[in-house]
Amino acid sequence: MINRIRYLFLVVAACSALDVCAGQQAVKIAYVFQEREAPPALSNLDAFIQNKGQLGAELAISDNNTTGQFTGQHYELKKIVVPIGGDIVQAFDQLGDIGLVVLNVKPEQVKQLADLPSARNKLLFDAATSDDELRGSQCRHHVLHILPSRAMRADALAQYMLKKRWREWFLVIGPAVEDKLYADAIKRAAKRYNMKLVAEKAWDNTYDARRSAQSDVPVFTQGEDYDVLVVADEQGLFGEYLDYRTWIPRPVIGTQGLIATAWHRTHEQWGAVQLQNRFKEQAGRWMEEEDYAAYLAVRAIGEASVRAKSFDVKTIKDYMLSDAFALQGYKGKPLSFRAWDGQLRQPVLLAAPRSLVAVAPIEGFLHPKSELDTLGFDQPETACK
Amino acid sequence: MPQKTLGSFCIAALLATAANAETLFVTLEKDNAIAVVDPIEGKLLKTVPVGQRPRGIALGNDGKQLYIATSDDDTIKMVDSESLTETGKLPSGEDPETFALSPDGKMYVSNEDDNEVTVIDIAAKKAINKIKVGVEPEGIAVSPDNQWAISASETTNMLHWIDVKSGKIVENTLVDPRPRAVNFTADSQQLWATSEMAGTVMVLDAASKQIVQTIKLQVQGVNDELIQPVGVVIDKDRRYAYVAMGPANRVAVINARDYSVEKYLLVGQRVWNLAFSPDQKRLYTTNGVSNDISIIDLDEHKVTKSIAVGRYPWGVAVKP
Repeated sequence: MINRIRYLFLVVAACSALDVCAGQQAVKIAYVFQEREAPPALSNLDAFIQNKGQLGAELAISDNNTTGQFTGQHYELKKIVVPIGGDIVQAFDQLGDIGLVVLNVKPEQVKQLADLPSARNKLLFDAATSDDELRGSQCRHHVLHILPSRAMRADALAQYMLKKRWREWFLVIGPAVEDKLYADAIKRAAKRYNMKLVAEKAWDNTYDARRSAQSDVPVFTQGEDYDVLVVADEQGLFGEYLDYRTWIPRPVIGTQGLIATAWHRTHEQWGAVQLQNRFKEQAGRWMEEEDYAAYLAVRAIGEASVRAKSFDVKTIKDYMLSDAFALQGYKGKPLSFRAWDGQLRQPVLLAAPRSLVAVAPIEGFLHPKSELDTLGFDQPETACK
Repeated sequence: MPQKTLGSFCIAALLATAANAETLFVTLEKDNAIAVVDPIEGKLLKTVPVGQRPRGIALGNDGKQLYIATSDDDTIKMVDSESLTETGKLPSGEDPETFALSPDGKMYVSNEDDNEVTVIDIAAKKAINKIKVGVEPEGIAVSPDNQWAISASETTNMLHWIDVKSGKIVENTLVDPRPRAVNFTADSQQLWATSEMAGTVMVLDAASKQIVQTIKLQVQGVNDELIQPVGVVIDKDRRYAYVAMGPANRVAVINARDYSVEKYLLVGQRVWNLAFSPDQKRLYTTNGVSNDISIIDLDEHKVTKSIAVGRYPWGVAVKP
């Protein structure tokens, strides 16, 4: 008797690896992640989290399977974690016929993987970058982007600044390549929303901001008059140290201070508190933006496959890019993809460390089709061909 | 003689008041209290503390007992509607938000965080069944003929048909995204369900369990993304259905015979839940953001009054 039970269990386990088993459809979704170097610590407050993203994908798989038990569909996550210095191309090539792949890798790796012959018939979900080029001149039509682009973030901030009439900006740009890209997005938004860049300065101090900020920042910001200090410091090397140290009393926005983000722990409206709770219970920590992105990517697959009643990659992609697709993202409006560049259309949160300040698009910014398209590159402006 | 006249006058006055004396109980999510309102006089009578984060509310079949989901206390409180004192607690499971009463004295509770529906025997104050449903169950209704309990799961986008006798799910209907509220017609033949994200109201045939009509709500000058239907009620003659449209700040008046939308009535901000007066001549709405309730005259289909009640009015129960 015991043997027979064990035998039955084996059969059930073997079934889920197959595509179709006793009326149940099963699909594997790959999650590809390359480990990152821990960045230099700005403070000891927030510990470096290596598994950002993965736990979001896992939660979404479990949500998908709760639905799947009623539709006869089963989802499985195949996690590929490539160590620092490991060969990501080789890892990707081993995915075989898995057609749906969530990527948590750097922008240049998204391009590299998307251009592999083995990626040709796959649908890739970029769940980590905010790169505008990847969504513009460097776009790939089998890549969908989950996180808001830098342009969307900058537009979100600009809309709120316009509402506050804080129109004179002092832009501080960090030394990293990404900081320059962020600053470019800020400049684009400033132009779109008729803001005035009254000053622009590069922060090129190489020493530890923790020790010298008190003397450096006042001097650095002296001699200019402006409404807000806009900081471009994606690595978080100095931005946190600007607030309360400027020559004149002005708020800080950008990559620190008031930030524009897809997800934040202060967000609890529109059912978000339920997602925050479910995640925290499973992960033992707050949901980070990358977790939210991976969650949405896997949920998007779940939603499209349930509606289209198929696990076929092309069918899923067609459904996702159609007008019928509407993804619940806990931000008060249905999320969908922009067909012209594969960007997920979504509200952007404007958050201070312990309070949610606003959600963009800000009321009053109108658009003939979707107010969400007031953020980032709209169809007529896209460089994605 | 004058005394007698005065006496009969008093009785007559009392009777007159009694005929109209319906009372509203409104849960105030942010005040941890319920507001007691005389809708005829248009007056807030009092505010009574009730527990942490009260949301779902209903008057029992006996017309006396109020049931109030106090979400952050993880319980459903029983409150006497006369004395407004607590008389007991029901084991609802964690974070109860909405529930439905069955004609035979049971309560069906959505447990959002556990993806379950808990069935409670009210007299015994005991949970007698837990039914696994989809992700984030919210809207729940029991058919008046006590055949079906329906649970709507917001993230799974399904209506689960629970057979009341066996306590098991016998059918799942895939519906428009983020279904919020469900309600049966008085004859139990139709189920109406709202989709918050598609901005639609779906009418399902209870026999086939299929959608027979999808009604898209659209208001000129209001962006589609703001049209987020929540509560839905249908009058006893199946003449009109009314749908609260959330941040669109309106109630849709739907002709329940040809499914056309006849009117959109502007009420308070973020209109959430609805309840009829006992004679179905008025409709009461809770407006979460403007902290008031609106009263709609159903002969004229006009908003006649709004009454400030407190912070975050969520649910409303009417006592005849």
